Amino acid sequence: MIDAAGIAFQIVQSVLAVLIGPLYVGWVNQCRAWLQNRSGPGLLQPYYMLARLFHKEPVIAEHASPLFRATPYVLFGCMWLAGGIVPALATDLPFAPAADIIALVGVFALARVFLSLAALDIGTSFGGLGARREMMVGFLAEPAMLMTLFTAAFISNSTALTTIVETLAHREFAIYPSLAFAAVAFLMVLLAENARVPVDNPATHLELTMIHEAMILEYSGRHLALIEWASAIKLFAYTAIGIALFAPWGIAEGSNWSALPVALVALAAKLVLAGAGLAALETVSAKFRLFRAPEFLSTAFLLAVLGMLIHFLGRG
Amino acid sequence: MTTSLSQQLVNLLAAALLLIAFAMLSQRRVLSLIRLFAWQGMALGASTAIVAYSTAQHHLYYSAALTVALKVVLLPWILHRLIDKLYVRWDVETLINIPTTMLVGIGLAIFAFALATPISEMASTVTHSTLGIALASVLLSFLMMIVRRKAVPQVIGFLSMENGLFFAATSATYGMPLVVELGVALDVLVGTFIFGIFFFHIREQFDSLEIRHMEKLKED
Repeated sequence: MIDAAGIAFQIVQSVLAVLIGPLYVGWVNQCRAWLQNRSGPGLLQPYYMLARLFHKEPVIAEHASPLFRATPYVLFGCMWLAGGIVPALATDLPFAPAADIIALVGVFALARVFLSLAALDIGTSFGGLGARREMMVGFLAEPAMLMTLFTAAFISNSTALTTIVETLAHREFAIYPSLAFAAVAFLMVLLAENARVPVDNPATHLELTMIHEAMILEYSGRHLALIEWASAIKLFAYTAIGIALFAPWGIAEGSNWSALPVALVALAAKLVLAGAGLAALETVSAKFRLFRAPEFLSTAFLLAVLGMLIHFLGRG
Repeated sequence: MTTSLSQQLVNLLAAALLLIAFAMLSQRRVLSLIRLFAWQGMALGASTAIVAYSTAQHHLYYSAALTVALKVVLLPWILHRLIDKLYVRWDVETLINIPTTMLVGIGLAIFAFALATPISEMASTVTHSTLGIALASVLLSFLMMIVRRKAVPQVIGFLSMENGLFFAATSATYGMPLVVELGVALDVLVGTFIFGIFFFHIREQFDSLEIRHMEKLKED
């Protein structure tokens, strides 16, 4: 099974996931700036940010435990793993059997737990506040995410992402109401999990509203750079899951080299579209009050469950 | 599993119908509620027309046209006039905890689907798989009538329940005879008028459209 092409695909995808993440975030920011009539910071701004942070000296609180130092590396590792095994370029990835969709959700949960513990570790009030809010959003978003993935898993009779992609890419053309419901639910989970606008504002530094920013206030230097980089990869990984589930066309299958350029172009085009769509969505919507977040996420859960039910009903 | 395009379209519209029923359950504003009701009527009319086309049942065309005329144009118009006259156009209702209501709704939908599965296996119509959705939207409208406190949303819940019943009739037996459908349509229309008159009486008596004032039978 494992051959040279598969390993090459795996390496390309893993490197790409790490490198393309900041670029993707830069593209979303650029689009948002355009939509708001600003000239925008440029596509490469996230890379400059990372380079600047890597050159700075990290300052760590006196009473910080080793957990606080370890968390950025754990976070980065989790996100890199997730970005590496989601079939964004090819389905023939040797690492992909390491985690099916349930384990993938587990990887994201692991990163969340570490980040929240690190935020609590320092003992500042903002850290605790952010950690609690993050956990509230997380425990509501996770079931919705699982239900969305289960809908796709039921259609293709497998929980391995690569098999799901292969099945969905080859299905006969038909209207799948269940997949449409799942897609909307997944979009809502994506917004909530990646601290995007209706739930959290990625650009905010206003204490009362922030969730993600509140947890990483105490980080600086290379630690902060790793966390920022990890969240960029997380956004890329989530978008890649969305692409794999709902627009799986153009992903290279099997081990043939010739499909790689097509897959690269298709991925780039889909990322450009997804980023522009995300920016448009963030521009037209306002941030919710924090207490509306459960409502937002329960709607996502509802849509995901409905999608699954309708799948069963349509089959009967 | 190969399904014809018309069946897929009917399934899609059935899904939209269920989604609108859930959206109505979570909607706070009266105006949006009426708009959703009109959309539900639209989905219902479209699905009836598709069933009529795919099964060549001509009387279903009439009932589709009747549905659109009554539920998309006439009833929303009457409701708009009503809330204008009652000055409740911008009424916002505080609901009991929307996520909980949604979860109860999901439970109801699962119950309805489980209930409808053996029945829809017996039916031989092309639309038999949508019976569960029809039953679910009837139950959801019931739920809406129970959790709402103001009179106008309760009436909209009642009308949307009739939508669910109509959809159930279309999906299980290709619709009722035209005479019965005409009678039901007339009943709904007259019912809405009578509700409208009741609204004014309720408001005159209690200075509000909240139903809980009617729980007391005597004046203290």
